Amino acid sequence: MTNHWNDIQFSDCILIMGSNPAENHPISFKYVTMAQEKGAKVIHADPRFTRTSAKSDMYVPLRSGSDIAILGGMIKYILDNKLYFKEYMLNYTNASFLVSKDFEFNDGLFSGFDPETSTYDKSTWQFQTDENGVPQKDPSLKDPQCVFQIMKKHFARYTPDKICRIAGMEKSDLLDMYKLYTATGRPDKSGTIMYAMGWTQHSVGVQNIRTMAMIQLLLGNIGVAGGGVNALRGEANVQGSTDHCLLYHILPGYLKTPKAAQQSLAEYNKAYTPVSNDPESANWWSNYPKYSASLLKAMWMNDDPKDSYNWLPKLENGNASQYSWLPMIDRMYQGKFSGAFTWGMNPACSGSDSKKVREGLGKLDWMVNCNLFLNETGNFWEGPGMDPKKVKTETFFLPCASPIEKEGSISNSGRWMQWRYAGPEPLNGVLSDGHYFSELMEEVKRLYKEEGGAFPAPVERVTFDAMYGEHHEFDAKQTARLINGWFTRDCEVKGKKFKKGQQVPSFAYLQDDGSTCSGNWLYCNSVTDEGNKAMRRDASMTPEQEKAQLYPNWSWCWPVNRRVLYNRASVDVNGKPWAPEKPIIAWDASSKKWVGDVPDGGWAPGTRHPFIMRKHGFGQLFGPGRADGPLPEYYEPLECPVESHPFSGQLHNPTAIHFKSEKKSVCDPRYPFIASTYRLTEHWQTGSMTRWEPWLVETEPQMFVEISHELARLRGFENGEKVCIESPRGKLWAIAMVTERFKPFTVQGQTLHQVGMPWHYGWIAPKNGGDSANLVTPNVGDPNTGIPEYKAFMVNVRKWTKEDEA
Amino acid sequence: MSGKAFFIDLSRCTACRGCQVACKQWKNLPAEQTRNVGTHQNPQDLSAKTLKLVRFEERTIDGKLKWLFFPEQCRHCVEPSCMYIANMYAPGSVRKDEKTGAVVFTEASKDIKGVDPLDMCPYNIPRRDPETGIWNKCNMCEDRVAEGMLPSCVLTCPTGAMNFGDRDDMLEMARSRLKKLKKTRPGARLADPDDVRVIYLLEYGPETYSEFTVAKARPKGRTTFSRREMFAGLAKPLRNKA
Repeated sequence: MTNHWNDIQFSDCILIMGSNPAENHPISFKYVTMAQEKGAKVIHADPRFTRTSAKSDMYVPLRSGSDIAILGGMIKYILDNKLYFKEYMLNYTNASFLVSKDFEFNDGLFSGFDPETSTYDKSTWQFQTDENGVPQKDPSLKDPQCVFQIMKKHFARYTPDKICRIAGMEKSDLLDMYKLYTATGRPDKSGTIMYAMGWTQHSVGVQNIRTMAMIQLLLGNIGVAGGGVNALRGEANVQGSTDHCLLYHILPGYLKTPKAAQQSLAEYNKAYTPVSNDPESANWWSNYPKYSASLLKAMWMNDDPKDSYNWLPKLENGNASQYSWLPMIDRMYQGKFSGAFTWGMNPACSGSDSKKVREGLGKLDWMVNCNLFLNETGNFWEGPGMDPKKVKTETFFLPCASPIEKEGSISNSGRWMQWRYAGPEPLNGVLSDGHYFSELMEEVKRLYKEEGGAFPAPVERVTFDAMYGEHHEFDAKQTARLINGWFTRDCEVKGKKFKKGQQVPSFAYLQDDGSTCSGNWLYCNSVTDEGNKAMRRDASMTPEQEKAQLYPNWSWCWPVNRRVLYNRASVDVNGKPWAPEKPIIAWDASSKKWVGDVPDGGWAPGTRHPFIMRKHGFGQLFGPGRADGPLPEYYEPLECPVESHPFSGQLHNPTAIHFKSEKKSVCDPRYPFIASTYRLTEHWQTGSMTRWEPWLVETEPQMFVEISHELARLRGFENGEKVCIESPRGKLWAIAMVTERFKPFTVQGQTLHQVGMPWHYGWIAPKNGGDSANLVTPNVGDPNTGIPEYKAFMVNVRKWTKEDEA
Repeated sequence: MSGKAFFIDLSRCTACRGCQVACKQWKNLPAEQTRNVGTHQNPQDLSAKTLKLVRFEERTIDGKLKWLFFPEQCRHCVEPSCMYIANMYAPGSVRKDEKTGAVVFTEASKDIKGVDPLDMCPYNIPRRDPETGIWNKCNMCEDRVAEGMLPSCVLTCPTGAMNFGDRDDMLEMARSRLKKLKKTRPGARLADPDDVRVIYLLEYGPETYSEFTVAKARPKGRTTFSRREMFAGLAKPLRNKA
């Protein structure tokens, strides 16, 4: 989130799209209710009327996967009706930047597409720059090459008629939604977006969010109270896991995983350290070498980062099509892995195409299931359709401590790092993940020492014990200290003297020469010599902080306890808040200081562009970084019920991840219904924890599918009867829940039905509970993240028969 | 009037089931064996083991789809008809706490057989345990309240739908919330506020939430009378006895 949970109460208009917070983030809903108390309006856009819709002021149904049509149309509506916040747009976004004359867009494809590799060469997606590399601008916004005009041209196709025909929406609903939300373009009004998997789990997932980010920039909603681009994170610590970069393409602190071609630290740093000659651009990533060196030092404490750089694993390229989840499972399925640790997850139920995952596990020589309880992954070999005698995989179960049995921090959606203490002791010698990782590493080191190995230095020299406590055991508090980092030798920075071993006060003090270590530069400032700030529970605030409900002394958030990101955009060039009733920061001219939140840099107002993490310092309407385009564009999900759409001749995202050999249902009469998977309040993820809890199972005991009355009549389903959901990947039974909350969509003159189901069930428990919805989901995904398209695919639904039982 | 009361603002309820589960957890009541019968609501009815139940209703009102949530529980009536009637069958089956007004079934209720809940309660609440014979329903988390704690369901509610405190304070909160709510929900009202210690704020008419949102006449096939009539009928034999 650019903002945080408490901040939602300050919004004038909350758009809930691609999420269902009343059900999936129930505690957060109190902030939505607070906003409504103050007169805010809540819009819920969702194919299905949910518990969130029940509490919203406006509910608009749309077909799963049609989000970019609607959001693109909103951009057109804003531009046509001049509803943008002009001063903000002109001064804080790249609306005035001139784009390269070689940039083109034709019939659904941007310039630079290579059909051989299905990737883009992005060199034409650049700005025209002066001799210093600073982008050329047209402040009058009239030049046909300026971003503003290019956006206008791009979204001219997104008319209400076209949108409604493809999304299955009513025109009145669409225009009501636009009118209500775009009113937040006024300087003193703010609108927020609450989104989650309903946007990310698509082959255009990243572009869904891009489109909304553009809307927020146009309306001046970033950096202000009650605004922002707000992802509702799922797992309690998924934000933490994202920040510490468990994914293949990033290193802790959102540094990049090095490529094989980058043979030295200097070369690597050069590739990723942006350079800006604009004195008003803070270009914060120019500090990249300090962060990469400090990370290397945290891992290999006794080595020069220049040397230890060579010990980091490298990628051939950054392609999600090669390294992300879907291709990884595909390789497993092809028998290309000898072993696997499935750690704190249940892919046999959570991965798309459960059958493929389960069979893939059967190709391994060994696997270790590290989890609280037995699950469908660790016990895949005794699941339905498996003959244990034929499975050669040696499986281990490593029971692990639960969140309440161990100490450590979690980072919530608002980036607040909150410390937690161990409650009960785990049973029977069960230990924490950190402990297991340490023992594994110790053993690997021992084996390297005794038996030798191909490349011993990285293993032998990694200083795992920097995370240990007094008795050579994994220690969360010590690890938190390392993540913040300390000085590895006596030195002087910014005129202050530091001794070896002192904690680094903030990332402003990190160095690129190995004199500092830091496990994650973003968290530098969380554990200082004053103590572990994540442990703080002090509710005191200054009056300005209280006005914005910042709670700066309650836990700690990154970066440097700044609660609202890009908050320099919440004031004009003189430091005066756009919305004086709900300021985030304000410049106090007499003391020459900022009051309120931690400002995005202490420089005086009007001296730095507010989007300090961007090279040029401006919010990116035109964004030259994504795999599928500098501007969002409408494409159908890879399994879809139409042969064409009105925006271009390019049916699907040309860069999406998929497997040519796997059949996808496009207008396949055997699979005529649109399907989507989702979560309930009462269960959690694959249900591997909640399906063992009787009070929760009592409320939602069995796999079900929500179906409209119209579809039930069409297929002769009774409410409560067992039906069969099937796709080219597999099938499963579900109880039919016939409801008013799904209605058919009229798309391009056709009646299309959509069904929805939870993915919380698995064959291991409870008895007669059912199995995973992912038995029917496809292996197709977003080209930037690799995330599978769980939210829009095609199925058939029919009665469950005796033959299915076999 | 003294004593405690709940104020349940249905405009804020999101049917998260936190209250339903928190009640079971605090009292260590077992889960029932349920199956999905085509609704999110589970179990289907209150029982001696399910004292708090979130009911779900899909309704179309003024052409718009509404999904109404009703976290049902004993109303802890100011003049509890269950107490008067149950104690006639088996003395000491139901007591009322003098300080809080909580209405509580006791073990003595096991001697009450062959009686329909509707015979004693216009909200159709108390349920008999088929094994022990003892009747059960919400007891206002007596043990918690005695220690100055909130009832379990109230503590767990994330949105502020569930509120608990002195009756006068809860009535004031209810009236103030009703006033605000009427601006967007002209049909909003409080359910039997003078008669109960569990005051629901409804967005729409009571019939949209459940069959027994407000005290009503008994269903067809029985002698119909309202709660007041029920009392009047009760009082008669007692007066005669006097």
